[in-house]
Amino acid sequence: MPADGSLPVGVNIGAEQRTMSAYVHVPFCRVRCGYCDFNTYTATELRGTSQSTYIDELAREIELSGQVLARSELPVRALTSVFFGGGTPTLLPAEDLVRALELLRTQHAFAPGVEITTEANPDTITDDYVQKLAEAGFTRLSLGMQSAVPSVLATLDRTHNPASVAHAVSLAQQAGLEVSIDLIYGTPGETLEQWQESVEAAISLGTGHISAYALIVEDGTALERRIRRGELPVPDDDLEADMYELAEKLLSAAGFQWYEVSNWARSPDQRSVHNLTYWQGNDWWGYGPGAHSHIGGVRFWNVKHPAAYAQRLADGHSPAAGWEQPDLTAVALENVLLGSRIREGISTAELDNTAVASLIADGLIDGTSAINKRLVLTLAGRLRADEVVRRLTFS
Amino acid sequence: MSPRATKPLQPASTDPAKIRNFCIIAHIDHGKSTLADRMLQITGIVDDRSMRAQYLDRMDIERERGITIKSQAVRMPWELNGETFALNMIDTPGHVDFTYEVSRSLAACEGAILLVDAAQGIEAQTLANLYLAMENDLTIIPVLNKIDLPAADPEKYAKELADLIGGKPEDVLRVSGKTGMGVAELLDLVVDKIPAPVGDADAPARAMIFDSVYDAYRGVITYVRVIDGSLKPRQRIQMMSTKAAHELIEIGVSSPEPIPSQGLGVGEVGYLITGVKDVRQSKVGDTVTDSVKPATQALPGYTDPKAMVFSGLYPIDGSDYPVLREALDKLKLSDASLNYEPETSVALGFGFRCGFLGLLHLEIITERLEREFGLDLIATAPSVPYEVTTEDKKTVTVTNPSEYPTGKITRVSEPLVRAGILTPKDYVGTIMELCQSRRGNLLGMEYFGEDRVEMKYEIPLGEIVFDFFDHLKSRTQGYASLDYEEAGEQDSDLVKVDILLQGEQVDAFSAIVHKDKAYAYGLMMTERLKKLIPRQQFEVPIQAAIGARIIARETISAIRKDVLAKCYGGDITRKRKLLEKQKEGKKRMKMVGRVEVPQEAFIAALQGDEEVKKK
Repeated sequence: MPADGSLPVGVNIGAEQRTMSAYVHVPFCRVRCGYCDFNTYTATELRGTSQSTYIDELAREIELSGQVLARSELPVRALTSVFFGGGTPTLLPAEDLVRALELLRTQHAFAPGVEITTEANPDTITDDYVQKLAEAGFTRLSLGMQSAVPSVLATLDRTHNPASVAHAVSLAQQAGLEVSIDLIYGTPGETLEQWQESVEAAISLGTGHISAYALIVEDGTALERRIRRGELPVPDDDLEADMYELAEKLLSAAGFQWYEVSNWARSPDQRSVHNLTYWQGNDWWGYGPGAHSHIGGVRFWNVKHPAAYAQRLADGHSPAAGWEQPDLTAVALENVLLGSRIREGISTAELDNTAVASLIADGLIDGTSAINKRLVLTLAGRLRADEVVRRLTFS
Repeated sequence: MSPRATKPLQPASTDPAKIRNFCIIAHIDHGKSTLADRMLQITGIVDDRSMRAQYLDRMDIERERGITIKSQAVRMPWELNGETFALNMIDTPGHVDFTYEVSRSLAACEGAILLVDAAQGIEAQTLANLYLAMENDLTIIPVLNKIDLPAADPEKYAKELADLIGGKPEDVLRVSGKTGMGVAELLDLVVDKIPAPVGDADAPARAMIFDSVYDAYRGVITYVRVIDGSLKPRQRIQMMSTKAAHELIEIGVSSPEPIPSQGLGVGEVGYLITGVKDVRQSKVGDTVTDSVKPATQALPGYTDPKAMVFSGLYPIDGSDYPVLREALDKLKLSDASLNYEPETSVALGFGFRCGFLGLLHLEIITERLEREFGLDLIATAPSVPYEVTTEDKKTVTVTNPSEYPTGKITRVSEPLVRAGILTPKDYVGTIMELCQSRRGNLLGMEYFGEDRVEMKYEIPLGEIVFDFFDHLKSRTQGYASLDYEEAGEQDSDLVKVDILLQGEQVDAFSAIVHKDKAYAYGLMMTERLKKLIPRQQFEVPIQAAIGARIIARETISAIRKDVLAKCYGGDITRKRKLLEKQKEGKKRMKMVGRVEVPQEAFIAALQGDEEVKKK
């Protein structure tokens, strides 16, 4: 990718049919959790940059994105969603988040009904903080609750007090924000009963959105080392399958409906617009160190370290580290991979009939939907979505 | 030391009375090659500068493993009491698998040096070869080697040798191949003790082939010992077993590099080159004669080498199959006892069913294929030839479990061997246990010296081809040594155990085993495969069966969770690439029915390895 960040020709084709979103990465955490391999840094790991100058750096990339998009002759598209993720975005003062949001508004404009979310650590939320966010236009808070069980939280190195989650939720709701709860299942040592306790606790918070993610033990994390050394048990896939099925049972009984493999909402308008944009193949610009973008079929990503990111921008260069333009086969694979994860599914028109039939026979996709030309996963299929993708795309 | 004989005798015109033909009988590691090197040096045919350690062992493998696979013959001049002699040292292979080749080498000699490590004493294979030498009426010169070692105990082992072959302990010569001490005296003894060859110089030519070696430049080089008559350059010769006639392009002696001569006379040892490219046309034990005036009677003792151990060799990378075929074709040129035919396996793809003289032969061939041809190979569990008779009275030879007849079997016979195990007496109990578990039948025990015992067993060959030797070594801290010879056949209660994956037979794991061991084998293989085969999208039963009867069963439960929990931003590229990689990997999967098995799992199962990382 050239130093000015210019995109390959053709990314503007069909842009009117795609929505535009923004992701803002905030690569700071107070402590690193043992399971986390995200691109995030504690204060001591930052070397050569700091949290205080971060929004200034973001401002440069936001300006640069406007130039890049204009050079590619992309029309200005008002953002349908903005998502601040991390890291811990709420480690920054509310003013910083608000300032970043205003820069985005100036650069891109916001579509009517825009969804603006920030991830938050329950411990960092105060009444004043959420008020400021709400006033600035934020509509949604995504709280990393992970578990309601202290021993599970301890294994994950999460430091928050389970009780502070309820407090944060009520503060956010009073400020008029939608709230989403993130849960993790399959933590080493976690029992099915403990998981049930966590799901029930999350439901009782009365939010409109819950995400439940199976813990992924990533290479290079402290958690992986502890498992390798035998200090913690290896997560059991079968138990995780039981946990997923239990979550589905409890959530649907409480009025939630799945809309993606790991996401549930009480009503369709409480689904995350931003999440859906990833799976529907829309455009988004990811700002910040290590953030990935997708514009007109081109995927590109920024340098990972905040110091390198800051330096690139200070030198007047694009922070992009690499890019790829998946070919037709790869795009077809992505479409199945992403589209099959959501409740709407994908059209069966382009798919191999025999593969579709075998998936119905094995109970992985819904037969009635398939007859109506939509491929929609069953509960068993959601647990084995990768197998569904393989059967549809490996010929 | 400078050589004593300054004018060597000329081949083709040497009086048989001035010739001594001898070989060295020794166990692996007892220093035969070092001693031979020292002789080459002392007799002056190899100068110190070009002396390579273990000159006679040509192949890298031989040098590295310290064992001799291919024997050769070297002519050395030596002077004693003012008379010059020609000494022919015939190098013999030291391992049980090559008993036939050893017997032919011995038949070319009048005497043998029995070389024993002064720190270890005689070993089973040496004993077996000594037995062959004595059967051939060879004069035996007992020698203790490595007397320079601190651990040497020459008194003890001299007594052991004297007890074994007669004579007095003090007559046992003590040498050091390493320092050269005693080697000149040994050569004097060779001249003194070993009888000169005797033959009829006027009779039609008869020469015995004791080795044939393939050389990439010269074709087959045949090593012979002339018994009667003589051979000359340009002569037309005939192989008596096949009646094939060739012209002698070159004839000569090794010294140790080949030196052409005017021919070979009675009692002489040398090489022949006819231009043929395949060692099968020049078989060990065959008699070379004149094609115009042939001898009427071939020399005794010729037999075709018989394969006793069979194994399927498969390239780990299927695209290497043509390379493997070519490699085997090439090795066949230099190894008359190797035979093979193409074979297909569900689990392993395309490969070859190969027949070997024994286990070491198998190991050497596999290693040469890997080393000289850069192949990565997997060998199926070795099998032996079984004679299987069915209800309709038909008898078939089964060298591969997959050829085992279906239907009712009335009789199965298996090859037996007579095994000699030489061991310190402390291990007698543990060896008895091992042999009993392998259906061995103790024939007798004999003490050597004070603390060593030779245990004689009759034992099915099929029981020792797999991992018997490893067990023997590990249970005796490496002290026991093994020798075996064929000892006929016996009827046994044998069955074929098949391994089934979701009802589909996996050919590479079928085995012919004794009825009493069928269950243990079935259990071991099903458990091993359960650990190695990744979970599938459906439940996979693994069964062991004798015919239609299931004797063991394990189940691999179906995968229930196979999905990435988080799929946002950067996860998308990562996930797509992972799937693309899996798609590539699927091509390398072996399909057994609907079950996908990574080839590594099959390989690990064959190797008895349970530590393959599952995906």
